[in-house]
Amino acid sequence: MAGDLTQTLDPLLILVALAPFIAALFTPLLQRLIGSYAGWVLALVPAGIFAYLSSYLHPIATGTLVQGAIDWVPVYNLRLSFYLDGLSLTFALTIAGIGALVVLYAASYLKGHPHQGRFLAFLMAFMGAMLGLVLADNMLALFMFWELTSVTSFLLIGFDHSRQAARRGAIQALVVTNIGGMGLLAGVLLLQMIAGTWEMSAIGGVVRDSGLYGIVLACILLAAFTKSAQFPFHFWLPNAMEAPTPVSAFLHSATMVQAGVYLLARTTPFLGGTEIWTTLLVGFGGVTLIWGALGAMRQSDLKQMLAQTTIASLGLLVLLIGLGTETAILAMVAYFVAHALYKAAMFMIVGAVDHGTGTREITALGGLANVMPLTFFAAVLAGLAMVGLPPTIGFFAKEEMYLALANTEWQGILTLLVLVAGNALLGGVALLVVIKPFLGAMTETPRHAHEAPPAMLAGPILLAIAGVIGSIFIIGLADYILSPAASSIRGDYVESHLGWAIDLTSPVIWLSVATWILSGAVYYWAGAIRSGLRRASSALGWTADTVFDAVMFGLIRFAGAVTRWLHHGRLELYLVLVFVTLALALFVPLLGMGGLERLLPTAELGNWSAVLAWPDLRPYEWGVIALAVIGLGAVLMAPSRLVAILSLGVQGAAVALIFLLFGAPDLAFTQFMVEILSVVILTLVMTKLKLDERDPRHLEDLLRDGTLAVVCGAGVSLLLMVVLAGPLDTRLSDFFTATSVPIAHGANIVNVILVDYRGFDTLGEISVVMAAGIAIMALLRSRKKPAAPPKPRTRKAKGATA
Amino acid sequence: MNTLIFRTLAPVIVGIMLVFSVYVCLRGHNEPGGGFIGGLIAASAIAVYAMAVGVPAVREALRFEPTAFAGFGVFIAAGSGLLSLGTGSPFLTSIWLYLNLGDTVVPLSTPMIFDIGVYFVVFGTISAVALALQGDEGEEP
Repeated sequence: MAGDLTQTLDPLLILVALAPFIAALFTPLLQRLIGSYAGWVLALVPAGIFAYLSSYLHPIATGTLVQGAIDWVPVYNLRLSFYLDGLSLTFALTIAGIGALVVLYAASYLKGHPHQGRFLAFLMAFMGAMLGLVLADNMLALFMFWELTSVTSFLLIGFDHSRQAARRGAIQALVVTNIGGMGLLAGVLLLQMIAGTWEMSAIGGVVRDSGLYGIVLACILLAAFTKSAQFPFHFWLPNAMEAPTPVSAFLHSATMVQAGVYLLARTTPFLGGTEIWTTLLVGFGGVTLIWGALGAMRQSDLKQMLAQTTIASLGLLVLLIGLGTETAILAMVAYFVAHALYKAAMFMIVGAVDHGTGTREITALGGLANVMPLTFFAAVLAGLAMVGLPPTIGFFAKEEMYLALANTEWQGILTLLVLVAGNALLGGVALLVVIKPFLGAMTETPRHAHEAPPAMLAGPILLAIAGVIGSIFIIGLADYILSPAASSIRGDYVESHLGWAIDLTSPVIWLSVATWILSGAVYYWAGAIRSGLRRASSALGWTADTVFDAVMFGLIRFAGAVTRWLHHGRLELYLVLVFVTLALALFVPLLGMGGLERLLPTAELGNWSAVLAWPDLRPYEWGVIALAVIGLGAVLMAPSRLVAILSLGVQGAAVALIFLLFGAPDLAFTQFMVEILSVVILTLVMTKLKLDERDPRHLEDLLRDGTLAVVCGAGVSLLLMVVLAGPLDTRLSDFFTATSVPIAHGANIVNVILVDYRGFDTLGEISVVMAAGIAIMALLRSRKKPAAPPKPRTRKAKGATA
Repeated sequence: MNTLIFRTLAPVIVGIMLVFSVYVCLRGHNEPGGGFIGGLIAASAIAVYAMAVGVPAVREALRFEPTAFAGFGVFIAAGSGLLSLGTGSPFLTSIWLYLNLGDTVVPLSTPMIFDIGVYFVVFGTISAVALALQGDEGEEP
């Protein structure tokens, strides 16, 4: 942006993002106290935010940038920074404004639902995440809020978790948007590497010239396309319609799915404007627009129709960002505002129809205008905006986007054709949604049709009227919202030229007229188009949705196969694997890093007497070594398991003695106790088998296990010898010897290291010990269960024989 | 194993072992010993006692589940580390307090509490495993 920006600090900005979270904490309690009236109270939070942010309309329109930050992780120079410019203000106002109406609507829509408190809490938390997302300046904060919107959206879609379809929709949305989330994280980290800052407002133009630009772009586009349901990731959005209608109105039309659009708009100043950016965005956006619009024509469920048109509109927005010219960006902001207003209203209208009649099937509805006049009124206004007829903001948005492409080359003409076709289809759907259920002959519906309660009417009527008022005061709207937002995206001042002066000689207005006529045609032949599309899609056989299922099931089967391959349940093979790994870990470094060479220099190979010196030991030391060897021999020769266990204990005791003799009393002490306890525990384990038997082994098992044992033993011995052969680095032991008494107040260095210097390690180790103990208990208990006792056993009998 | 002599002597041996285990644990900071080895000694005492008087009697004498001791150990070990946060130092920084009791000085410290935590974890886990295995004795088909 130009240098004439004034910056102001406002710490309250942080509170804007946090307030909904705080409200969410108290929501269930509030709902328990005052029931569905909680909606009226909760709506005050977003309404307050809306009012507060509105006070910034004028300063921002005159070029102020508002910032607010607190230290987050000062060690890493991380600040939880937020900022408000034209773009974030537009999004934040949309979120808070529609949020207030949706909360109100939801409290009434779910009146009497046992989990209404939980639902409203999720909704508030989502609102906080979304506000944080659009206000964040720090990219890690952006990522965090981005993921929070995914999580809260998961909770909201799966709210009715007893239904399989809701669970599937929730998981699908989570998986798809989280793949994008990972992309965003990677992109953000790369951006930080390139620009050296976590703040988006400080990135500047270095990214486009960086060699990593392509990767960053791919990461960010993956995030934006998954979140904003661009083809081929569009499939999760229709399935997300399993959520209650207020959620669809809020998340899946006006806010969360717009996060991807927001991300693209936000990154335009430092990522946009390149040829590949334009090509990709216009390409994917255009395909998504047509795909979504055709998808909408195929549906007959009102909510599904709207979901598909949302996909189309998202494609349209992405396309306009891709074009990136002043007019296109202005059109994009205008379309975003128009779409948020009419689409949220439309969803709420469909919810009201569903609520009032018990069905959303377009073919089963008709003549509702008489019984639901207020809903019909809102529907007409919202429909006008969707078709793009005056007097609505939708009209200006469409004019502006045609203007962006008028007088261009052939690619522009092609894009223009796509836009006209997409808009015509969307207009046709709008006509269907407004006319079919409300006009014509009254039909029988599952529920006796009745008008929605006031809290459910407030949302759609206010939003629809806002669309009209916005268009009447289009110059003010453009000055205070559209132009500042477009300026933020473009990075320089965008002058708005929107106004009511309609120039009949311009081709743009005639393109609009053509669109309206085509919309009418689409409406007229809707039935034929629908059956044609359905035939085509069933001929195609598969969709992205089925591909997703196939991939997910493939993943599960693959995981199962890997688990079965690794966890075959044969204990001896596990042990073999463990010891083979140990042998490799011992020998690979020994051979690869020249350890053996150090121990046995090739030059001295012939000179055995120099290498194999007879150790200078005292007789009792020889005695202890003999004891260890005898113990070892006894283990191998043992006629029964009991003897083998005891012999192992003898061998272990001998090793403990060696530690004691050579100056490691702590080690010896512990070794003794470990030996005693392992003899006891092994004996206890073996009593479950038979103590007086010898384990039968085949010759090949003997050879395999014996070889492995010798190899591992030789490896450990060699490693120790290599370690001792070189000069010992005593820096650590010197440090501990010197400091253990003065700074750690302990003379036993081993213990001081354990409880003080490396206390954190020990804490981890004792947690592992405890967890292992619990696991052993679980194993022992699970062993007991399946052996359904043929003879009765009592606890007393156990104790007596113990 | 279940002889009269063993059953008579076992409580005495076990008592001595337990006292010794506490001694070993507490002296660990300056001489061979520590929470780990102390816990092992105490766990052996429990195993011996269970051989003499049977698992149910031991469980009754312990009052709490052995695994609860282990959990308690982790809890106080981690808790001892948290104390240092009050002084503005990082987690697990040691704090020393020298208590003057007449002629003697008793050094108290957070590493000591930490070591006692280790003692309880080792003691609880090994006893739990030993008791569970002993409890299954004689149940074999």
